Amino acid sequence: MTRTSRLMILLVAVLLLGAAGTGAVLHAANRSGERNQEQAGGAPVRTGTVSLRPDGGRRLLVRNLAWGPHRDEIASVPAGRPDGPRTVSGVKCLRFHAAAGTGICLQARHGALEDTYRAVVLDADLREVRHYPVAGIPTRARVSPSGHLVAWTVFVSGDSYAGTAFSTRTSLADARTGAIDDNLETFSVVKDGRPYHASDINIWGVTFADDSRFYATLATAGQTYLVQGDPAARTLTTLHRNVECPSLSPDGSRIAYKKRVPGAPADAPWRLYVLDLHDMTETATAERRDVDDQALWADGSTLVYALPGDYGSDLWTVPANGTGAPRRLMRSAVAPAYLG
Amino acid sequence: MYLADSRGSKAPAAPDNGLRPGRRVAAVPGTVLALGAVSLITDISSEMVTAVLPLYVVAALGLSPLGFGLLDGINNGVGALVRLAGGHLADRGGRQHKAVAGIGYGLSALCKPLLLLAHTLPVISAVLALDRTGKGLRTAPRDAMISLSTPPERLGRAFGVHRAMDTTGALLGPLVAFAVLRFTVDGYDAVFAVSGCVAALGVLVLVLFVPRQVASRRHAPDAPGPHTSPPDPAGSGSPEPRATLRDSVALLRRPALRRLTVCAVLLGLTTVSDSFLYLLLQRELRLPVHLFPLLPLGTAAAFLLLAVPMGAVADRVGRRGLFLAGHGFLLLAYGLVLLASRNAGTSVVVAVLILHGAFYAATDGVLAAATARVVPPQHLGAGQALVGTGQALARFVCSLGFGAAWTLWGGRTALAVTAAALVAAAVAASFVLRTADEVPV
Repeated sequence: MTRTSRLMILLVAVLLLGAAGTGAVLHAANRSGERNQEQAGGAPVRTGTVSLRPDGGRRLLVRNLAWGPHRDEIASVPAGRPDGPRTVSGVKCLRFHAAAGTGICLQARHGALEDTYRAVVLDADLREVRHYPVAGIPTRARVSPSGHLVAWTVFVSGDSYAGTAFSTRTSLADARTGAIDDNLETFSVVKDGRPYHASDINIWGVTFADDSRFYATLATAGQTYLVQGDPAARTLTTLHRNVECPSLSPDGSRIAYKKRVPGAPADAPWRLYVLDLHDMTETATAERRDVDDQALWADGSTLVYALPGDYGSDLWTVPANGTGAPRRLMRSAVAPAYLG
Repeated sequence: MYLADSRGSKAPAAPDNGLRPGRRVAAVPGTVLALGAVSLITDISSEMVTAVLPLYVVAALGLSPLGFGLLDGINNGVGALVRLAGGHLADRGGRQHKAVAGIGYGLSALCKPLLLLAHTLPVISAVLALDRTGKGLRTAPRDAMISLSTPPERLGRAFGVHRAMDTTGALLGPLVAFAVLRFTVDGYDAVFAVSGCVAALGVLVLVLFVPRQVASRRHAPDAPGPHTSPPDPAGSGSPEPRATLRDSVALLRRPALRRLTVCAVLLGLTTVSDSFLYLLLQRELRLPVHLFPLLPLGTAAAFLLLAVPMGAVADRVGRRGLFLAGHGFLLLAYGLVLLASRNAGTSVVVAVLILHGAFYAATDGVLAAATARVVPPQHLGAGQALVGTGQALARFVCSLGFGAAWTLWGGRTALAVTAAALVAAAVAASFVLRTADEVPV
């Protein structure tokens, strides 16, 4: 083969492959344009003012995933009419939680070269109080019942060739002073009654009891644990095995969590369970599907959680005591928080 | 003409014996540039995927990617063993380097469109494992082709040019990926599609522009003196004895290769993995967390800029010497992390990253060049694989040990112990390699 014919083949291939690549990019870009169009039959959305202050009624705040110009904005619906019109706030968050007039919003900032992420503390009018840069992709966020403390978890990954070593980083900040514990891995760990050190510790999914106590997941050596955390003493104490993404009930007696169940398919290993903190008994909920979310207690007896849906995810509910059946609460929504 | 393929057709780049004085371009043979281009294009493709994969898994699929990490170690081990197989296969049947490398590049290219169909962690992990297999297969035959096409006294520079081109691709990949994501708004499928097209282009460049058989520029391993004589007239077409598995294993009986392998393993045992070093750097110097993802870029940039000059220096002062000096850079980097105060500032971070990049520049291609010098041409694939796999497995063992040491004593002490071990290993290695130089060749 002559040099000219090789170059010709290369040129043709560059043109063909370039056309294929360009086609794929344009197709995807076009599809993203569609996402800015409201879908027929989707939840009605109206712009308005969303506040974290009590307004007499109970409300549910979510990240709105319905297609349209207000996708990803924090939206509010009356707790009793979750499928009713959504009031959108103009504040975009990947993850969100709120309590007692404080909000935590994990945002993506689209840079020229790369996305960066930040955790933004919001006041009752959803205005930024302060923000912190975060090192990776946001996954969990919680505010303590008093609104004084906020916590969030992000995934951090290396950049080496096909590097797939993911790890989590969980931070805890004081919404009033701005003081931050950047990495809960620096807390001392007491595992099974003894001090424990390991370089492979990962912590994620904080849920607050009050300002002096929280629960979270600690993973080390291929095992996950429920830990109880003390922000003042900077300690984490293991309580139970095989608990991920804990969520404390309003009365503080039970923990809803995702449990890795034996025999489940490897790509869907988690089921939604409830742990009684008094006698450490575990109750499987009636949700038989794989739940990869930090559940939320709607009240003392009902759990809310996200499952994949047509527009990203839908919110579902199931009774916490193992009875009943899962029920869809709301389409195209994620990251719920109840107010009032 | 060392660039000719077996059909005797014209080479893509002007063939040149690379020895004429005053012709700097000739310092790097066309085959090396072609292989460098293949690596550059392929790395753009792979790093595109690597850069967006965590985002895809978490943001688009809504999964927790932690399970990935468990498979990573296994994949690495498999990759190292596949490299041995790739090297051996490439030597069989009289130099099948291009074919084996082509299968390796092809396998990885296939993985990109497969990602379009993978929506669960086990499937994504399986695709990544296949990608690793492709990488393992192609590495040794590629380095063998670079070794074969380059005159011995230019090997350091040739490998330096190749590694610099490779790293350029690695740095460009994430930029392309994020540009596509930005334009398409979360179009991960578009990223995978573009990555697949780029990978296919890399395979095509290999098929079109890398000669099927690279005639040896070399006469015998460790041949002394200047190589000004014309290349082996038997050249490309002459049948060489088939390399058997026994021959490949017997390579270790060659004292020079054994010494090099021992040194690579010894020093590999004290080479802390990149992620541990970045973690220590971030923690010890209280670096803001959002700067953490930039640390590997710093190392890569320094590697990119220093690979060619270091390779050229290696050709002058000796590859073994520079290989040892490279570990001196690593020792300095460890020392800086250990000695720096907690508020040392960014200058220390920059210095550590430059030293870390210099370490790679002075060792990565240089080791391959040194290996090429001590292995007979018909066993270059197996020889490169042997040294490379030995080093990779040693570094893996170091990671396990370092993790345990960190757990027991804390990161700082673990690094101090590793630094001390590195000094011991370097002293031992310098003795081993000095012996090698004393042996008449």
